[in-house]
Amino acid sequence: MQLSSLRIDWTRNETLVPLVIIAFCALAAFSDPSFLSIPTLTDLLRGSIVLGIFAVAAMLVLISGGIDVSFTAVAAFTMYSTAMLLNTLAPDLPWYAAIGIGMAMGAALGSINGILIVGFGLPTLIVTLGTLSIFRGFMLTFIGQKQITTLPPGMREFGRMMMIRGTNPDGSFYSLPWAFAATVGVIVVTWFILHKTMLGRSIFAIGGSLESARRIGINVRATQFFIYVYVGALAGLAGIIHSSMARVANPFDLVGLELSVIAAVVLGGARLTGGHGTLTGTLLGVALIVLVRNSLVVIGVPATWQMVVIGLLILIGTGLPAWQAKRAAARAA
Amino acid sequence: MLEKANDNPLRPAAPSLFARLAASQEARLAVITVLVFALMGALSPERFLSVQNITSMAFQFPEFAILALAMTLTMLTGGIDLSVVGIANLSAIIAATILTQLAGGTQGADALGWYALSVAAALAVGLIAGLFNGLLVAVLGLPAILATLGSGLVFSGFAVVLTGGSAVMGFPEVAAFIGNGRMLGIPVPLVLFGLLAAALAFVLSRTAFGLKVQMLGANPLAARFAAVDVTATLIKVYVGSGVLASIAGLLIMSRANSAKADYGSSYLLLAVLIAVLGGVNPYGGYGRVIGVVLAVLAMQFLSSGLNMLQVSNFSRELIWGVLLIFVMIVNARPDLFQFKRRPPAA
Repeated sequence: MQLSSLRIDWTRNETLVPLVIIAFCALAAFSDPSFLSIPTLTDLLRGSIVLGIFAVAAMLVLISGGIDVSFTAVAAFTMYSTAMLLNTLAPDLPWYAAIGIGMAMGAALGSINGILIVGFGLPTLIVTLGTLSIFRGFMLTFIGQKQITTLPPGMREFGRMMMIRGTNPDGSFYSLPWAFAATVGVIVVTWFILHKTMLGRSIFAIGGSLESARRIGINVRATQFFIYVYVGALAGLAGIIHSSMARVANPFDLVGLELSVIAAVVLGGARLTGGHGTLTGTLLGVALIVLVRNSLVVIGVPATWQMVVIGLLILIGTGLPAWQAKRAAARAA
Repeated sequence: MLEKANDNPLRPAAPSLFARLAASQEARLAVITVLVFALMGALSPERFLSVQNITSMAFQFPEFAILALAMTLTMLTGGIDLSVVGIANLSAIIAATILTQLAGGTQGADALGWYALSVAAALAVGLIAGLFNGLLVAVLGLPAILATLGSGLVFSGFAVVLTGGSAVMGFPEVAAFIGNGRMLGIPVPLVLFGLLAAALAFVLSRTAFGLKVQMLGANPLAARFAAVDVTATLIKVYVGSGVLASIAGLLIMSRANSAKADYGSSYLLLAVLIAVLGGVNPYGGYGRVIGVVLAVLAMQFLSSGLNMLQVSNFSRELIWGVLLIFVMIVNARPDLFQFKRRPPAA
């Protein structure tokens, strides 16, 4: 392993995924030269805003050795409840207040996960599977089922704020909303936490080996609790952004996306066993999934093949490293 | 983080039968199931306890209960099969395509032959899909959760490709039998589920293969040293799961009188939920079919009962989630509920 560190390691996902992305773009550009254009890029970036925040959140949990499938329900709960709350109580609050309320609500829901996981020592998959049903069921039973088409003015304004705006040669518009900056912010903050703070080292340590982390004096419980609260807050943010951009709060949105998000993160090299995962890899994984979703038709594959392609990508993206690891283990034995 | 369920066989036997029963997950679950039934019966006796409701429940639950059996089988090895719904729909669509495209509108004896062929094709799809999963997990060494997440997308994806996303319908009458028929007055889906559950229970508790599955889940390395052929056992487990899923697919197709790529999408998490509720350890090594059957019944009593009480459909999800977490807490910390006294942790 050490000897080959200077060479390119073809089985690493951080190498593999960009190669697939480049091959995909080359193919797309070959069959449709207008693919390489700013509108394609802004479409890609816009498609990555919500997915990117989700992926960063899911990655953090995977690094710590857990798995969270409830974040989409947290996001749906938050966006719907916040929109309803602001509409009925305080329609005049500005957009940043809506985001603040959303993140606080998401953090509160995340702390429920945290209490169940840390307080009772329950397996993370089971807890979040349960809370996924609970959050969604609670929202649809007690808060509402009808979509809110008139968002509070703050959220509407946020959805309309554009960083980049332009016109295509054919007269159609392209744009990139400021919400993209939120995703960048999430990436920067998470990078800082993971790589510049003791907390981040603790998260990696817990994922590597819970027992070792405990023995070197890491406060495992506090760290785990922080992770689920932070992930909840990120999910809340993603929810508010999703509904602001869609200009509607549909309680049936988002839930069902959780496994695709985890797939994107794993595609980017994070491991389910914990301790491994990079922001670069995660974002590349997201880019690949969004690219396949948006532009499969461009390379001549009918849109109905989208699921098959994503499924195969996941199998190849996780299969190659797994196969390599198994061969290495067999050689060592 | 992982609190093992309190089923350590090395623990000295509890003094009384009652204490032993109270200590077993299945007994606690049985109590919960009976309580749910009694509660629902008490809240709306004339409707919940009616023959009509009981039979309609017997028609409803087998399709996802069979998926839960498939989930149980894979979870016992410490794996999971997230592709069961994909396999079920793909199998159903293959069967449905044979019935509509090849068999045309034939009825009578001819139709029976075509139906037999379509069932065989569906089971073959389940077998091949399961074999594919088994190879990914056992030979390539992919984590089961990722292998089946990816393959599930591929199977569902093929179902979409074959149908363009629309429903396939128009089957001969024989196709309705396994979903809607009765044998000696008992709904066929219930009979089917009973047979499959009994068969799985027999295989797991009375055969060498069942023992290998449990050993593999409890400790893969120890199982290997005990001369368990890990690769072959894992492949058989996923093939079994695939075939069970395709049977569920045939049932869903028969009940819906159509096949579609996105049927039963809520069944995936439900199947995981039922298996875990039934006491199957998601990390492998422990699980009993009787627990899963009890969990299925508890879920169905709850959702039918709530339906009778005119509670919103969505509150079921809420209550399922609460039930899952509640049972997990009881299993992890029985001391909180005074079922038995535990010596303080060493």
